[in-house]
Amino acid sequence: MTTLMNRGFLSIVIVVALLACVPFLTASNSVLNFLVTGLLLTLAGQGWNVLGGYGGQYSFGHAAFFGTGAYATAILQVRYGFNAWPAFAIGIAAGAAVGAIIGAMTFRSGLRGSYFALVTLAFAEVLRIVASVAPFTGAGTGTLIKLNVGAQAMQFQSRAAFYWMILALVAIALVVTRLIEQSRFGAWLVAVRENQDAARALGVDVTRVKLGAMTVSAALAAAAGCFYAQYFLFIDSGIAYGTWISVEALLAPIIGGIGTVFGPLLGAMMIKVLGEAAKHLIGDAPGLDLVLYGMVLILIVAFAPRGIAGIVAQVQGWLTPKKGKPHG
Amino acid sequence: MAEPILTVENLSKHFGGLRAVNDASFTVEAGRITALIGPNGAGKTTVFALITGFLKPSSGRIAYNGEAITGIPAHLLARRGIARTFQIVQPFAGLTVLQNIAVGSHLHIPGRAAALAAAEEVAALVGLTPMLHQPASTLTVAGRKRLELARALATAPKLLLLDEVLAGLNPSEIRDMIPIIRAIAARGVTILMIEHVMQAVMSLADQIFVLVEGHVIAQGTPQTVAADPKVIEAYLGAGAAARLAGGAHAG
Amino acid sequence: MHLTILIPAILNGLLTGAVYALIALGLTLVYGVLHIINFAHGAMLTAALFAAFFMHKLLGLDPYIAVFILSPAFFALGYALQRFVIGPAAHGSDSNILLVTLGLSVVIENAMLHFFRADTRTIDVPYGFSVVPVAGAYLSVPRLVGFGVAVLVAVLLWALLTRSDTGKAIRAVAKEKLGAELSGIDVSHIYAVTFGLGAACVAIAACLLIPTYYVNPHVGTGFVLVAFTIVVLGGMGSIPGALIGGLFVGVVESLCGLYLGESLGQIGIFLMFILVLLFRPSGLMGERA
Repeated sequence: MTTLMNRGFLSIVIVVALLACVPFLTASNSVLNFLVTGLLLTLAGQGWNVLGGYGGQYSFGHAAFFGTGAYATAILQVRYGFNAWPAFAIGIAAGAAVGAIIGAMTFRSGLRGSYFALVTLAFAEVLRIVASVAPFTGAGTGTLIKLNVGAQAMQFQSRAAFYWMILALVAIALVVTRLIEQSRFGAWLVAVRENQDAARALGVDVTRVKLGAMTVSAALAAAAGCFYAQYFLFIDSGIAYGTWISVEALLAPIIGGIGTVFGPLLGAMMIKVLGEAAKHLIGDAPGLDLVLYGMVLILIVAFAPRGIAGIVAQVQGWLTPKKGKPHG
Repeated sequence: MAEPILTVENLSKHFGGLRAVNDASFTVEAGRITALIGPNGAGKTTVFALITGFLKPSSGRIAYNGEAITGIPAHLLARRGIARTFQIVQPFAGLTVLQNIAVGSHLHIPGRAAALAAAEEVAALVGLTPMLHQPASTLTVAGRKRLELARALATAPKLLLLDEVLAGLNPSEIRDMIPIIRAIAARGVTILMIEHVMQAVMSLADQIFVLVEGHVIAQGTPQTVAADPKVIEAYLGAGAAARLAGGAHAG
Repeated sequence: MHLTILIPAILNGLLTGAVYALIALGLTLVYGVLHIINFAHGAMLTAALFAAFFMHKLLGLDPYIAVFILSPAFFALGYALQRFVIGPAAHGSDSNILLVTLGLSVVIENAMLHFFRADTRTIDVPYGFSVVPVAGAYLSVPRLVGFGVAVLVAVLLWALLTRSDTGKAIRAVAKEKLGAELSGIDVSHIYAVTFGLGAACVAIAACLLIPTYYVNPHVGTGFVLVAFTIVVLGGMGSIPGALIGGLFVGVVESLCGLYLGESLGQIGIFLMFILVLLFRPSGLMGERA
């Protein structure tokens, strides 16, 4: 048991420690910026992964939680004079609450599959439209957080500080995912993904398990939104509640390996690398990165349904001599 | 007479105009093996779905250990000790055999390691130990039936409902399975089984109820039920009992 | 609200609703047969609108003529997409189909964003602003044409499904895929035909819309969410449901716009959509699931 625990968490410690060293190796703002946006996407993707990867409930509207986190953080500071730190925490809670509410409504009506994807998409759209017209979100012009550099305002002079902050958030997300994986809740969640009726027969409260997963999932996506607002200091309805984040949040785990702890991290970095590569090869053209992402999504579903993690496992399988190696 | 662990009274379930279960009543005595038999489409699986909370009855009452459980959702009934297997096996296909069974043992065991250990014990009981780390999707039909049984058993049930766990097995696989079911009963688990394999029913069941068109038409020990002309007619058609009797005289 | 405002609003709502219905028809047909939601439907509509736009702009073809080129072309496109992309990529899993159609929509929409930029474009046709008086309201001629054609297409589609051999095969697959397969029906062909029909509906809708509407790379998204609402309202997979649902939603939107203003009017649709999904997922006319 202890060795199993250690093995599970050791990999997280190693990966996070290695990533934490990057600012000591380079002071390049563009490298750090690249990694910050990659980790931001990892966080949102990890959120999607908890519900979609482990729970099998594919949301097409994680923008609803990302955007709620972003707007809550921004509005609390701009309109109500909150300090950035509590605003950040409330933003996460607000996103989680939106997740819990949407989850309670949809899961209680027994919506799943296509219907669940549709409803989450519709909720995100409703929020986007509301945000684009409501005065307290700044409507069409968006919300700008006042520049106020200093740790007390969570606005850091150096990119490295932002980088370590998002890395810490990602580390928490990795640990949370690992804890879920090794818990009863996780076993039930996976059971719900594989077969709801069988899970019910074994005493699993399907609705509650899904609701729990959705709340955690939304909290992680909201944390990404909070960070986005704090990092870029500007959001509008198209950014916060836009389709781009719903798509990229699901793309990261699917590319990296759905239902695995490191899948979203792998996938998010892959997406960012692809985006950069496209920029360098073809130039910075609007929409082109998403064209590429869409194609990658189709190709992954078609040829590598378990993502990069699946490919790695397969290659490992070829390299290691055949032995009955237990895993579980 | 032993205590009834389950009492079904005047149970009915309509789907639109179809009366799948029609005023069915029977009791299951604690610590015994009871079989529910009947021709295809008699409503046996629907009765199971009603008892285990997967469907809500149109009318009638179900009591478990003397308490009304009519309409209580499936997962709560599982917590109270009612487990079931599915006629069409429902493995968690992407998980290993051990992980499948552990979902069941988690019902009363929160810790991961303890649940896995308990799952291993159950696997040994049904003979799945060699396949523990195999994905459930790679099991044979017989393996899947055992897994279905193991998962239900892992929830530590007091009442276990088996829906055709022998269907689709060859004679030697059936011979292997019968002692497993007996061993489960010997541990004090009350069993209610739907079964078409008559040889198995005859050797396992203490008590049999015959369901025809959603209604219980006969009950008793295997011997009395087998000799009941109503039962023979239900299976073989009107007049069959008489023909059989006549045939016996002629031969 | 005074009747002189209300009646035109309702009539205009019906006109819009018919085109909505046509878009929803394609979606509901695909759902009814393949049992999946085609998330690329909106992107296909945008593509069709651009196609109609450029046929007019570059070739000088009137949209009402272009429809005879675009609908078979989109049928072929839809057929090929299902047969050679969605079908093989999805490996028979529903959630994979969801992801693949989502991927397609992202690709199509952003490719158009890339090539045509975010600009909103319109075409000029001589009849663009002609109106006729109906019941005290002045109704746009091209939108009346749109209404008529949309209803006609719905009727034709219905006839195709109930009378033709292909239609019978489609219905057989919708009802009992395995049985249809066993009786010798080529299911992947039927799937592709159905998808093609859905795409053709979208092409016709685009040709009907473009004389009075505009096109930009995001225009399809709005329409398709409306179409989803209609499909759910009318009962997933039901053709008469889509038609009635479309007209209903058109009127609701028109009235919401009248009372709440243009952008909030859209919310009315989404809220209705969410409420319907939550409380009557089998549609207003369907049986309770």
